[in-house]
This record gives sequence, structure tokens and C-alpha cells, in this order.
Amino acid sequence: MIGKSLLAYHRGVDDAAEHERDTAGEADVFKALADPTRRKILDELAERDGQTLFEICSRLAMKHRLGSSRQAISQHLEVLTGAGLVTSRREGRYKFHHIDTRPLERLTDRWRNRETKET
Amino acid sequence: MRINITSVLVHDQSEALRFYTEVLGFVKKHDVPIGETGGRWLTVVSPENPTGCELLLEPDGHPAAKPWKDALVNDGIPFTQFEVDDVRAEFERLRGLGVRFTQEPADMGTVSVAVFDDTCGNLIQIIQMN
Repeated sequence: MIGKSLLAYHRGVDDAAEHERDTAGEADVFKALADPTRRKILDELAERDGQTLFEICSRLAMKHRLGSSRQAISQHLEVLTGAGLVTSRREGRYKFHHIDTRPLERLTDRWRNRETKET
Repeated sequence: MRINITSVLVHDQSEALRFYTEVLGFVKKHDVPIGETGGRWLTVVSPENPTGCELLLEPDGHPAAKPWKDALVNDGIPFTQFEVDDVRAEFERLRGLGVRFTQEPADMGTVSVAVFDDTCGNLIQIIQMN
């Protein structure tokens, strides 16, 4: 979660230590996005935010014919949560998963900013 | 061999009877006191198929029942499923009666489904064949 807050609020890359942590956070995001099942999970959460584990599993199995086990999906969600792309919310006895796109907003700034400077 | 009955584990049989008849719309079929424990052999059926499969509203007093039910609810898993003609219409009707849905109607291709809380400790899936 440290990486997430840095990605969300950190703008400059002046401080070397801060840069190190920022890179680590970015690596988590890229790693999370590298897996096609995890991208499908984000697709489905973008379509309807706030889903139980069961709904996510149902959508992957029924809509995408992905036969991943519930345990595997649960682990994918942990990776996405570690990268700050998914948050979970407990409501009474239920648990819902939400997409958080804030880490993505900072992801490509360093390349896009350079383009801006050159033009 | 035929399937004549299936069960849901409920923490209060009287409350369950009220929800399954007054809210869901099933009708009581059997209500027989059992022993001296206060338990009843309590079943309901669909009015669309009164001689069909019965649903037993079974007490969840066994110590394994609650952790099992809680674990399923935590992951949003419905153990029991009922078929409906129109999942969206049934969702609107039940929501109007105050039923809590953990999953609003979603088109899954060959089926459309939604999941609600039966107030007796269970999640129930309703399913429409597309």
C-alpha cells in the first residue's frame, strides 16, 4: 500500500530514495497487468464495480470460459490488491471488490511528459 | 430413484417460513413437530409446481453449520438456486420488498443470474435460462 500512495500522490522524481520506492510500486502494477486473467478481472470490475468473489468467478467462467479455481482467482485478487488496483470492502457479512485506477494514472507520465516537452 | 427434497439450513424456522412464503412466494407443504427439541419437519413448494421437489427449512444447529455458512457468504457463494422466468423482474419485485442483493442481475451468456440474502444466513441464486 506504500507503493500505491506514492503512485497516487508522487509527482516528481527528484529524490533518489523516493524514486526507488516509486519504481517498486510501478513494478507491482506492471506485474499485475501482465497476466491476462487479471486484466479480465479488471475488465469485469470496470463493467460493474463492487463484486463478490463469487460474481467475479462466475463472470470469468461463464463469459470468458476461464476455468480458474476460486483459490486461483483469490490469489489474482491479492496481486491486484498489492498493486493498488483493487480494494476490498466489507459490508456486514459480505465482502465486495472494487477497481481503483489511480495507480494507472501515474504509470506512463514519465514518457508522456517527455513527449509534451519535446512538442 | 427421484429427487424429492432439498434443504436450506436456517437459524430460525419460523422466520424462515415467513421469508420463504410471504416474500419469495412459496407455499407451506408439511409442518410436523419433531421430538422435544422444538424442531419441525417444515417444507415449502413452488405454487407453480406443488407436487414437485420440496424445500426443507432445516435448523442449522449443528456446530459445523455456522462456520460453513459464514465462509460461503464471505465469498458471496450461493449454495441454493431457484429458477425464474425473468430475473430482472424478480429482482425488482424482491428489492421492492426489502430483499438485499449481493449480486444484481447479470447476463452471463446462456443464463442471467442474481444473488440475494435469504435473511436466514444463506445466499440464494436466481437464474433465468436465456
